[in-house]
Amino acid sequence: MFKLEKRPQASQSFAYLTPLLAILATMVAGGLLFMALGKNPFEAIRTIFWDPLFGEFASFSRPDLLVKGGPLILIAIGLSLGFRAGIWNIGAEGQYIVGAICGAGVGLAFYPMEAWYIFPLMVLSGALGGWAWAMIPALLKVKFQTNEILVSLMLVYVAEKLLAAMSLGLLRNPDGHGFPGSRNFKDYETAFNGELIPNTGMHWGVAMAFIAVIFAYVLLNRHMLGFSIRLTGEAPRAAKFASVNPTRVILFCLGTSGALAGMAGLFEVSGPAGQISIDFNSGYGFTAIIVAFLGRLHPVGILFAGLLMALTYIGGELAQLTLGLPAAAIQLFQGMLLFFLLAADLLTNYRIKRVKKEAV
Amino acid sequence: MTGTLLKIEGLTKAYPGVVANDTVSFEIKTGEVHALLGENGAGKSTLVKMIYGLVKPDSGTMLMNGAPFAPPEPRAARAAGVAMVFQHFSLFDALNVSENIALGMEHPPALRDLAEKIRTVSEDYGLPLDPYKTVGDLSAGERQRVEIIRCLLQDPKLLIMDEPTSVLTPQEVEILFKTLRKLTAEGVAILYISHKLEEIRALCDAATILRLGKNVGTCIPAQTSARDMAELMVGTELQTPKSAGATLGDVVLDITGLSMPSPSPFGTPLRNIHLRLRSGEVLGIGGVAGNGQDELLLALSGEMRTAHDAVKLKGEPVGQLPPNARRQRGLLTAPEERLGHAAAPNMSLTENALLTGNTRRELSQKGFLKWAQARSFAEEIIEKFDVRTPGPDNAARSLSGGNLQKFVIGREVLQEPDVLVVNQPTWGVDASAAASIRQALLDLAAGGTAIIVISQDLDELMEVADNFAALNEGRLSETRPTQGLTIDEIGLMMGGAHGMEVAHV
Repeated sequence: MFKLEKRPQASQSFAYLTPLLAILATMVAGGLLFMALGKNPFEAIRTIFWDPLFGEFASFSRPDLLVKGGPLILIAIGLSLGFRAGIWNIGAEGQYIVGAICGAGVGLAFYPMEAWYIFPLMVLSGALGGWAWAMIPALLKVKFQTNEILVSLMLVYVAEKLLAAMSLGLLRNPDGHGFPGSRNFKDYETAFNGELIPNTGMHWGVAMAFIAVIFAYVLLNRHMLGFSIRLTGEAPRAAKFASVNPTRVILFCLGTSGALAGMAGLFEVSGPAGQISIDFNSGYGFTAIIVAFLGRLHPVGILFAGLLMALTYIGGELAQLTLGLPAAAIQLFQGMLLFFLLAADLLTNYRIKRVKKEAV
Repeated sequence: MTGTLLKIEGLTKAYPGVVANDTVSFEIKTGEVHALLGENGAGKSTLVKMIYGLVKPDSGTMLMNGAPFAPPEPRAARAAGVAMVFQHFSLFDALNVSENIALGMEHPPALRDLAEKIRTVSEDYGLPLDPYKTVGDLSAGERQRVEIIRCLLQDPKLLIMDEPTSVLTPQEVEILFKTLRKLTAEGVAILYISHKLEEIRALCDAATILRLGKNVGTCIPAQTSARDMAELMVGTELQTPKSAGATLGDVVLDITGLSMPSPSPFGTPLRNIHLRLRSGEVLGIGGVAGNGQDELLLALSGEMRTAHDAVKLKGEPVGQLPPNARRQRGLLTAPEERLGHAAAPNMSLTENALLTGNTRRELSQKGFLKWAQARSFAEEIIEKFDVRTPGPDNAARSLSGGNLQKFVIGREVLQEPDVLVVNQPTWGVDASAAASIRQALLDLAAGGTAIIVISQDLDELMEVADNFAALNEGRLSETRPTQGLTIDEIGLMMGGAHGMEVAHV
């Protein structure tokens, strides 16, 4: 018989070990899954984790790692601040969309003007758009104690409708022969978020993600505000006792996560995606929730988790192409990662103890 | 009257890292009040949990009326005639008395019949109670009656009571004792857990004393002095804290007409509180739990705001200021609940030192934290207050209650406040830690700090306070010098029997 016993103190080593354990367990369970689908499990795992980086066509897939990882990291960093404080912004996807619409809208309003300040203005309005969208659940929570999980999630669907309306109406390309979707930023040099270094995937959004990682690290570890955020999450009453104003924490956390998600949306629409279209959003806002937890809500952890998640995306696509694995199997595989992580998480706060079977 | 009801032999229960009960043996006779005496952590709770079937002993036997007794769960214990009144009530505030009692029964009768039964039983035993009253509106004493009557309805042979008087005024204690005596006259045995020695001397026929899980002696309380019992309990001679007898200075805290609505539906609003506190003074505020103690602390700490002029610190109104602004001006507080309010359980002691020390100790600069200073502040608390822990990196929850309390009090004391307000400073703390905390408070007062000690432990207040006042339903009585106050007077200040009649038995 085994018994779980609470540790008097959270284990430091297990906090670092559990993500690795989770990845390993995912590989094993995923391998079994692929085997049951009649594929060679080793080949499938290699296709997902190895080939995108070092395989035959890796030079095509490697830049994608940053392109896909960048927005995930940027959004997850913002979310992690709120999650640390027990404020659950589930609607980053919506803030991402609204940020993209606002930023792209500002850019397109200047078309075809050429000026250096257009792109910075777009970034700013993208951040503002995401911030404003996140302020809706924030203000409702502060004023009426509504649940931010529900409100922010619902607003995702509102944002999707808004996106459809924009790509069919206000932002539709006037020279697009009636097709839905905006002008493509690839044809508008001054507003295009291109690669900073050719063939690396490194664009302004990725740079911003790295800056956010550093910023969040300093905030959480060196600044009173970060301490207040952590304290609010750990012990809300103690936070009040320590003079932390809960309203300010809510507004800051939701606002920051919204602004970062909005920025991620803008960088995506003006770069890799190129244009506002009906199906512009691709679930980064939701996947970032997984990334935040996979990274243990720690900025550096999120950096690695974001890259790992991007890898499974790219590898997953590759596996679909070359091995004919169904898309659902890949999604299942990604889901497993979070599942195993949460399960392994138990070990940081509990230890397994052998007990003799008691006589009944 | 003289038969043995429950015989306990060699009961042992070990938890990881600690033996809670080590071969404990004793007997409870039919119709006696048997005291179980010991400090916090001596193993009293574990022992009664085993009798009540909540915990299974590792070894040892129990005999009930000569037959083996090993209840696998509380239901079996209840069937065998064991009933228990817990220290913390398990009642639903929003339901009425009979609904609450019905919830705990296996086959509850129709509510109307049950209400009738409750009325009969409560009157028989001198514990008048309206079965249709909502529990949320009852005083703590009345809530306890609900729990007692719930037990009496089972016709118990053994009634276990865990610290029953901590929520009662002296007058209410008197009523309770009358009821208990009536029960014993009917042949019910009572196992009475307490660490209040005078009470045990007044009520109990026999006492078993536990220390560190071992039975260290039995005595007949009426023939043993309280001091002897205390020393059996603690194992060493007790150091009584001594006041240096400071001279009182100017008024530093002036509270006039402080009123505040209750922060929660079944909390207590503060009603028109007046008090003046002079530097060097220790004011003890007594009262039955739930009469506004927590709310008073929230109003003084700044977690709840009040009228700006209602609280004046050294002449300056602070009623609207947040906690840190008050700390800046010299008003510090230590709330009752250690884990989750005074300290964050999962954070390290360094981080917990930062929690209130930031303002006065200047542990941050322009918002950036000075971890080295915070850490040395934590180390200073640990060293000066003898906090037993491997170091400041350990989480608050890894400390024992007494050690964490020493840390919490030490954190405030070392910030050299002008006014310090503490709520239940020694609640759940072992006797030697309690003594050192009280001594620290007295030393601080000798240095000129004005201190308010809110406590339900009257002995503690008599020991440390110069002046005494009591909270009753959110109102504060007038302040009177502690010297020469009788227990009766204190009881009346605490609200007497809260409008309840003394049992006519």
